[in-house]
Amino acid sequence: MSLQPDFLKLLLGRLTLEDIPYHEPILIGTFIGVSLGALGVLGALTWFRLWGPLWRDWITSIDHKKIGVMYIVLGLIMLLRGFGDAILMRLQQAISFGDAAGFLPPHHYDQLFSVHGVIMIFFVAMPFVTGLMNFVVPLQIGARDVAFPFLNNFSFWMTAGGAILVMISLFVGEFARTGWLAYPPLSGIAASPDVGVDYYIWSLQVAGVGTMLSGVNLIATIVKMRAPGMTMMKMPIFTWTALCTNALIVVAFPVLTAVLALLSMDRYLGTHFFTNDMGGNAMMYVNLIWVWGHPEVYILILPVFGVFSEVVATFCGKRLFGYASMVYATVVITILSYLVWLHHFFTMGSGASVNSFFGITTMVISIPTGAKVFNWLFTMYRGRIRFELPMLWTMGFMVTFVIGGMTGVLLAVPPADFVLHNSLFLIAHFHNVIIGGVVFGAMAGITYWFPKAFGYRLDPFWGRCSFWFWLVGFYFAFMPLYVLGLMGVTRRLSHFDDPSLQIWFQLAAVGAGLVALGIVSMIIQFVVSFLRRDALRDTTGDPWDGRTLEWSTSSPPPAYNFAFTPVVHENDAWTDMKRRGYVRPVEGFIPIHMPKNTAAGFVLAMLSTVCGFALVWQMWPLAALSFAALIAGTIFHTFNYNRDFHIPAADVDRVERARTQLLTSHV
Amino acid sequence: MACLRSDRSSTPKARFHSALLARLGLIGATLALAGCNTVLMHPSGDVALQQGQLIVVSTILMLLIIVPVIVLTFVFAWRYRQSNREADYQPDWDHSIQLELVIWAAPLLIIIALGAITWISTHTLDPYRPLQRLDANRSFSPSAKPLTIEVVALDWKWLFLYPDQGIAVVNDLAAPVDMPIEFRITAETVMNSFFIPALAGQIYAMPGMETQLHAVINHAGDYRGFSANYSGAGFSQMHFQFHGLSAGDFEQWVQSVKASGGSLDRTGYLALQKPSVSEPIHRYGAVEAGLYQAILNRCVAVGTPCMHDMMSMNPSTVTTGMRQDTAAPMAMAPDATVMPAPGTHPHRD
Repeated sequence: MSLQPDFLKLLLGRLTLEDIPYHEPILIGTFIGVSLGALGVLGALTWFRLWGPLWRDWITSIDHKKIGVMYIVLGLIMLLRGFGDAILMRLQQAISFGDAAGFLPPHHYDQLFSVHGVIMIFFVAMPFVTGLMNFVVPLQIGARDVAFPFLNNFSFWMTAGGAILVMISLFVGEFARTGWLAYPPLSGIAASPDVGVDYYIWSLQVAGVGTMLSGVNLIATIVKMRAPGMTMMKMPIFTWTALCTNALIVVAFPVLTAVLALLSMDRYLGTHFFTNDMGGNAMMYVNLIWVWGHPEVYILILPVFGVFSEVVATFCGKRLFGYASMVYATVVITILSYLVWLHHFFTMGSGASVNSFFGITTMVISIPTGAKVFNWLFTMYRGRIRFELPMLWTMGFMVTFVIGGMTGVLLAVPPADFVLHNSLFLIAHFHNVIIGGVVFGAMAGITYWFPKAFGYRLDPFWGRCSFWFWLVGFYFAFMPLYVLGLMGVTRRLSHFDDPSLQIWFQLAAVGAGLVALGIVSMIIQFVVSFLRRDALRDTTGDPWDGRTLEWSTSSPPPAYNFAFTPVVHENDAWTDMKRRGYVRPVEGFIPIHMPKNTAAGFVLAMLSTVCGFALVWQMWPLAALSFAALIAGTIFHTFNYNRDFHIPAADVDRVERARTQLLTSHV
Repeated sequence: MACLRSDRSSTPKARFHSALLARLGLIGATLALAGCNTVLMHPSGDVALQQGQLIVVSTILMLLIIVPVIVLTFVFAWRYRQSNREADYQPDWDHSIQLELVIWAAPLLIIIALGAITWISTHTLDPYRPLQRLDANRSFSPSAKPLTIEVVALDWKWLFLYPDQGIAVVNDLAAPVDMPIEFRITAETVMNSFFIPALAGQIYAMPGMETQLHAVINHAGDYRGFSANYSGAGFSQMHFQFHGLSAGDFEQWVQSVKASGGSLDRTGYLALQKPSVSEPIHRYGAVEAGLYQAILNRCVAVGTPCMHDMMSMNPSTVTTGMRQDTAAPMAMAPDATVMPAPGTHPHRD
């Protein structure tokens, strides 16, 4: 009789029925909502017989365009979750004053701000920029896919696997209550003995592998697969920023992997890297995590700088002002981003000289960033500006981002940081640059390249609604936080005593409500655009009078992207081709060598996710089994020599003939 | 700039103006005015005052770039809109040496100025640096002795020890006006940040390490103090009152703590450091000698080796002494070895 619980314990590790939070009404409500939604999706998939296409055309696809789209979809789904957390926090802070304790006990609230940060950075912002790079870069450089198409699929599913682990933590167990960077000793086993930090560690480890490999992949793609004639200084700016970003990823992410591995050794094996006793030192963790963490913010912002550069040049109908200085600015930012990490902890007792050094290096970054802003400005100068959706987001960005940049430089002055660090001023600052920069940039990129991906533009009316709600909502949500920061109010508090603060939190909650309307408008925009897709159809492949190679092919592009690899003579290759009177070839097609779809990436990534889940709960047999299966599956996959095929010339001919017909019928 | 004014009481007229602006819906101006009327812009300690002024100066410097950029963005957007066929259109104009020099040089010049300010202010306002002035008009001799307060962040309350007065207080702090204070700060379990916005900027409290803060309060009053770094479930309630008192009132306050009678020894500390939320104020009229050093070196519990001993551990020191004499008011635990040597912070450059 006593064997049975032991056996169960071996199988299930720490997991018991107690860990299912059925006593928390908010979570139960969420769970019911999510389940109904999931059932609806599953039902629809079955009803419309979409399981086959979903598996064949998407899940196992190694087409960079589809993987790019899947990254964006992942980002959008996780945005809903991360934003839901934000709304709960805003409500709690707006009502929890004096005797009112609000509706979130610290146990729940502390998970919320931790998971909000983790989701928004790793599973919203990262998928957005990785998705855009994945979709756009091969098209911009005239390539047919990325350098390692299978790896690309695997990378995506590893990122998705990390997101799945975070989502599971909502309903099975709990997430970390440590803040999004999980500083020890708070994240150590002594202060956080439960599974929350383990979910944090393993979701980031699984997703981190994906990010790292996708970085390697895109660097190889950009370095090796550019169309003939496209020298480095003729690459589109977005490709330049993608190159720098992926260089940052490849150098920075191993540090994250290492520091999380050390933390998990402290937690699982009883080592003392970051503990208080036995020679451990938590400061090492803080240094290492920011050695990754600061480059990470540039990993997010550099690609959207690229997006804005493309958008400004296109919608001003003008060459980008100062291409060379744009490139140098990007490279300088890339290098400098490794020399500033200590500015995240001026207040941890470094000496004045160390603090000044890191403060000044931080300010120096604002010089190339400022140059970029001026370059966009002077691209508008003597241009002919069309205020389409992507340009609106760009304008919103230019005005909003400089404010965030200014408060960022302010925080880089160490004595000022001593009073502003950990305050809501800091929160306002980084939301100012991440929403005003990364989110607006992702929205600009999505609306800009959407017609390329799906063959029809997004509905402008609902797009404008979304833009204005986001913009106004952002200002309402975060300007009060700047004021609260100056009032000496710090972050991560779930309760306040001073009633004079309440009005500012209520304003911020109103702002969050406006942003919610922005998100709803965006969803409506997708639906309306799909329903009106015939009216919004892009038959030309070049709906915006674009300047770079992706606009030279059809919308959506064929699987092989380009029937013939384009030859590049100039910056803004497509504008150059249009001016020279480029004539699309209509015959003489040859078979095209393409990679073949495979389920290996999905299977291996799901095995990793299961392994991560087993490690969280210390289900050792399952962990060992899934890990062994992972290794075996990887080895097995290396023996799969059936990886490529040729699209017959006749098929290419058929596709191109259809496009010729489409083009002539709409002239 | 309204923020630059140093008068602490805003006149009724100024208040009327700010109310008027609010009614006009000039949100930006309201925010700016609201920002000016805050504890960081109008603190009561000289260090915080200088930090607040630094925020204002840096902001003005940067606005020299930011304001033209925002204005130009709107001007260009309007002037070069597609429907304006009057405007010059030069689709291939993408380069101008003069302009590029300006757009790199202008931010560079601002950053050179700001960098110089940063270097100087970071050194003069270094929290480790003993104060050399009480405020803008009064200096303080570096040889004079400041008031020393030892700060320990616990789960989730603050313990303040006054070594010279021989007293300790939980969740309550007092200091005389115009008397430099030297805080020595550590923590028991996790990281916190010691922050009294009206007094001076924050500094982290970290277990096994000691940070320092030098500050002075210039106006009598009660101020908010708290942990600025999230430290767990009771974090939101981890605050205390900081009383700036006249010299006489402070002396009275010390006497009242002494008279309260309780004493804090190692056993008491071990009970106190257990996690608790919204801990009421405790006062201890006597403190066991060497307690703070034992906390800092993580050897309060009987039998635990002290960190600074382990750092220099060799067979001879372990067996032969380094034992503190037990002349302290409280009986020492027999095994404890406490060094009175000052704890050093491992991250000083």
